[in-house]
Amino acid sequence: MANLVIAEHDHGSLKAATLNVISAAIAIGGDVHVLVAGHNAGAAAAAAAQVAGVSKVLLADSEAHAHLLPENAAAQVVAVAAAYSHILAPATAYGKGVAPRVAALLDKAQISDIIKVVDADTFVRPIYAGNAYATVKSADSVKVITVRGTAFAAAAPSGGSGTVETVTSVADCGLSSFVSAEITKSERPELTAAKIIVSGGRGLGSGEKYRDVLTPLADKLNAAMGASRAAVDAGFVPNDYQVGQTGKIVAPDLYIAVGISGAIQHLAGMKDSKVIVAINKDPDAPIFGVADYGLVGDLFEVVPQLVAAL
Amino acid sequence: MKILVPVKRVVDYNVKVRVKPDNTGVDIANVKMSMNPFCEIAVEEAVRLREKSVATEVIAVSAGVVQCQETLRNAMAIGADRGILIETDVELQPLAIAKLLKAIVDKEQPRLVILGKQAIDDDANQTGQMLAALLGWGQATFASKVEVAGDVATVTREIDGGAETVAIKLPAIITTDLRLNEPRYATLPNIMKAKKKQLDIFKPADLAVDVAPRLTTLRVDEPPKRQGGVKVADVAALVDKLKNEAKVI
Repeated sequence: MANLVIAEHDHGSLKAATLNVISAAIAIGGDVHVLVAGHNAGAAAAAAAQVAGVSKVLLADSEAHAHLLPENAAAQVVAVAAAYSHILAPATAYGKGVAPRVAALLDKAQISDIIKVVDADTFVRPIYAGNAYATVKSADSVKVITVRGTAFAAAAPSGGSGTVETVTSVADCGLSSFVSAEITKSERPELTAAKIIVSGGRGLGSGEKYRDVLTPLADKLNAAMGASRAAVDAGFVPNDYQVGQTGKIVAPDLYIAVGISGAIQHLAGMKDSKVIVAINKDPDAPIFGVADYGLVGDLFEVVPQLVAAL
Repeated sequence: MKILVPVKRVVDYNVKVRVKPDNTGVDIANVKMSMNPFCEIAVEEAVRLREKSVATEVIAVSAGVVQCQETLRNAMAIGADRGILIETDVELQPLAIAKLLKAIVDKEQPRLVILGKQAIDDDANQTGQMLAALLGWGQATFASKVEVAGDVATVTREIDGGAETVAIKLPAIITTDLRLNEPRYATLPNIMKAKKKQLDIFKPADLAVDVAPRLTTLRVDEPPKRQGGVKVADVAALVDKLKNEAKVI
């Protein structure tokens, strides 16, 4: 039995989510191999070989993989898939694009967003926005899986001694092409990997107030910044800030929800945080039902006081 | 060009589902069912493309129990021209649905299939990508903006770090994210009109598709309950709790 982890990377290094997927693969048991499909991605492959528990890295290095397009990535996975019983990808925008294509090409079911490995065939995954956990068993000979990063501790990025083997890259299938990207630039920690998150909702009232009120708090705590769907829909912040069922799933040590009422779709994305603080002027807001510490008050007064007190 | 829009009937997004006491699933008897919100966005986008004369016909398709006809009527009230139901009582998993949809694509020959990125019941996020793979088509998932010109769709996608724009050759698959559009309300005259639109019904066997489930749900559990905590009086008390009790700052 051997597991293949589809690495998410930026060619030069591994994305943090890849380390969580490697842990899930280790939990399944058997050898853990990592596929790096990229362009000039030797550094990412070398980094993958250093990860504790990884015995081999397959490097498919080609211009076809320069923009990590899912059509080419899935074809690459299928080209090397024969040796593996489990194929795992992170449940990120990248992994969600690639893994179902792989599953369909192999005529296998996919098990999405697993949060626990029960045994090599059986996994636990959330359904209904995390309001229920389903234990599912696969009858397929190959399991294609996406992994919820927050549910598995990251594998140690060093201490491993895997080998790097170059594999033949697939040709560009020509179905899609990259046009442009607008990546949000931030000096802050990545939302899904942050220890502390300061998150704002509709209660902030505008993008300007979101920034004016929450940035000093996030600066003081070296926190990542997130938002509810309402705040993103209203245009306060870009889409990549969204925490929730259909946005990012986070589980920091401390999640501070400011002006967020707490719709079930939002709770689905943050209720596994270790400590939740809610600041809201409505004492009946559902967010207080999951918050360890609730403070009822006007956020425009309370948050500056909190910044001053820290 | 034709656009095919698969739509799914799901538990309404305002309903908080409960796990059955015997742990065999969630209780969906007597709860409100609606069209999956992402599918609604897909229907709206397809109808807008027809209104802009990019598309000539919008076909809604659903797979599942007989009540999915209501979901199709709903799609037709938003503006889909006709509907197709693949009727079955078997539990349909994403791979089976992708195969059924491929059979419909083979029949109808649409140039574009627009789907919701995920259904809010099983949260699988698979069907569109699987259908793209089965057809050998390109895909643009999590779309926040779609422009079709000639044989190319230029799609802006919501990705983890921000947004990305890709160009996909038609025929192709697009899956919708939340901010692609705001679906219109179906007006009463349009709801009445939808009742008269064509709705064809097939069985999976008519399409020669094996829909047997590959995954068995062994049990369904309540997630661990989070204890609601305490309300603190002021900022000083909050800081004290965070420093000395929770020890997170």
